Amino acid sequence: MHEYIAIAVLIGLATLIALIAIVLGELFGPKKKSAVKSMPYESGMDPYGEGTRRMPVHFYLIAVLFILFDIEVVFFLPWAVVFRKLGLFGLIEMIIFIAILLVGYVYAWKKGALEWE
Amino acid sequence: MIPISWYLTLSAALFSIGLFGVLTRRNAIAILLGIELMLNAVNVNLAAFWRYGDVNQITGQIFAIIVFAVAAAEVAVGLALVISVYRKKNTVIAEEIDLMKW
Amino acid sequence: MMSFSDFTTILPLVVLTAWACVLLLVDLLIPRNRKGITALFSALGLALTLGLTIAQLGRQGSGFNDMVVLDGFSVFVNALLLVSGLLGVALAYGYVKRMGLERGEYYTLLLFSVAGMMLMAQAADLIVVFLALELLSIPLYILAAFARPKVESEEAGLKYFLLGAFSAGFVVYGIALVYGATGTTALSGIVAAIPSSSTLMLTIGAALILVGLGFKIAAVPFHMWTPDVYQGAPSAVTAFMAAGAKVAGFSALLRIFATAFPSLGSSMSDVLWALAALTMIVGNLIAISQSDIKRLLAYSSIAHAGYILMAFVPFGNPDVRAVSVAAGLFYLVSYAITNFGAWGVVIALEKAEGRGLALDDYAGLGRKYPALAAAMTIFMLSLIGLPPTLGLVGKFYLFRAVIAGGYVGLAVIGVLTSLISAYYYLRVVVIMYMREGEPTTTSEPYLNMTTAFAALVTVIVSLVPAPLFAWASSAVLKLF
Repeated sequence: MHEYIAIAVLIGLATLIALIAIVLGELFGPKKKSAVKSMPYESGMDPYGEGTRRMPVHFYLIAVLFILFDIEVVFFLPWAVVFRKLGLFGLIEMIIFIAILLVGYVYAWKKGALEWE
Repeated sequence: MIPISWYLTLSAALFSIGLFGVLTRRNAIAILLGIELMLNAVNVNLAAFWRYGDVNQITGQIFAIIVFAVAAAEVAVGLALVISVYRKKNTVIAEEIDLMKW
Repeated sequence: MMSFSDFTTILPLVVLTAWACVLLLVDLLIPRNRKGITALFSALGLALTLGLTIAQLGRQGSGFNDMVVLDGFSVFVNALLLVSGLLGVALAYGYVKRMGLERGEYYTLLLFSVAGMMLMAQAADLIVVFLALELLSIPLYILAAFARPKVESEEAGLKYFLLGAFSAGFVVYGIALVYGATGTTALSGIVAAIPSSSTLMLTIGAALILVGLGFKIAAVPFHMWTPDVYQGAPSAVTAFMAAGAKVAGFSALLRIFATAFPSLGSSMSDVLWALAALTMIVGNLIAISQSDIKRLLAYSSIAHAGYILMAFVPFGNPDVRAVSVAAGLFYLVSYAITNFGAWGVVIALEKAEGRGLALDDYAGLGRKYPALAAAMTIFMLSLIGLPPTLGLVGKFYLFRAVIAGGYVGLAVIGVLTSLISAYYYLRVVVIMYMREGEPTTTSEPYLNMTTAFAALVTVIVSLVPAPLFAWASSAVLKLF
């Protein structure tokens, strides 16, 4: 259990230092409000439009497709680790796996799901 | 080492929070989030059972991978359905999707 | 280490999946107005797979490190699933064209769903059970929402998805607990590990699996989604969903509980008893007040889940479990065939815009379309369990097995609820023959063939049920 004590001390110290900085600033800092100061921060640009405006639906479609193909990569990792032990059979298995993924990819492509407009 | 019961408690808590979310939230997306939480609770369980059981038997790890890969496929279909209903009815609130009752 | 011989144990499944993948791409080349070709190809794939499945009769084996198993049970269930798939395609062929839903993906999704169901029947490992559950469900979510511009259908899809994903969460949490208790997910390994494992964790895990699959087979109290989804989904999809998903869900339950958890029999039997009784009572009682044929059949489907659950109650009793599981299988066949026939009649009367679905629309059918009305009468009699139909034989075997297991009370509830169900099923018959009306139907060759086939099978097999029951009995022999 005691290996966690160091972490607890670290968390405590970090919280303490952060609190001290905030309290000192609050006590001694000047407080002047202006329109520019209360503007939302967008990396120095002047904000335009609402923060909650709608995204085109197509954005979600692409995101969904990305998740689907992205998550399959997780199966490549364990396969790559034991690739040599699996030999030829493992290679053929992976070719089948990729072929199935390709079927989905070609389908999405031909259906026009990857075009922006 | 932390006893396994801690992980199981965490997992049960996560599962219950997800379950509570599914049962109480009215927004279809929030229900989906609850379901995801339930599935992730399962993954915590699987990883814990693997680590505290026979480490050389990687069933738990593989199952966790399969669970989240399948969950991704499921969510893709679910989001598509939600978007499709939203375009039609301009709402994702489950109670307003109520053409059919008892 | 795996080898290519593993593939022979699931050869029909591999062929069907590959066929579906290729069909998905071939469909891209078929012009929009000729999607009937895709239907033909999908039926061809199902028929080919059915042939390969029948060729596996009598073979035993397991593959992929005991992840999948090939035995009499899997061959029996797979054959039933493939026939359901074929009937599903036949029902859909004209229907989707008429309703303006004709898209090639319909048939590909149906093939993928059948593949998932077949995997479910062959699963010998809980991981595969979960994988198969998702593979069969995800295409069904999409199919339920297939009449896409129609709001009812989209809502049905969304509801089915939310409840389905929710129930999958229960199944997989249960599987994780079973894995934790026994250290393995293989069904054979679980049996071996049970004596030395935590009973509490195992029982909770098994109960959660039961809850999750209970959603899939629409057992009360996990049935809330059924009427809405059955009503909102396109009728051809509902017909396939009602038969296929039930067969697959029950086959998974039968295999998991009978092979992995027989030792839990004493504690689970009471729960299953209550579940079966509740499902029969609630399903049949609510069905009485329905005025829409799709909702009526939805509640009828819930009630029948209760009857099939009866086959399950004695699963821990080694003396009767074989005969009761065989009776359950027989009842699944009888329900699936009757169900397709009844939905065939519904589809014949359904018009665009969801008209032609009220019970009143069946008035005068007996005079104007005697053949169709006669077929519907046969299906209604079969759903009640009256002669001369398959439903009677199925119920007879079921009640006999349940009484042999010592659950006389449950059998009495089964008989009484069947009597209640006679009221609303016969009401359909009365409306068809006794009331005046001008119904119009659509006559499509494949639809008529399906309905006629279902009616003939329902009657003829009920006259000579012994061979089918013998097949079901031999199918379960190696299960335990």
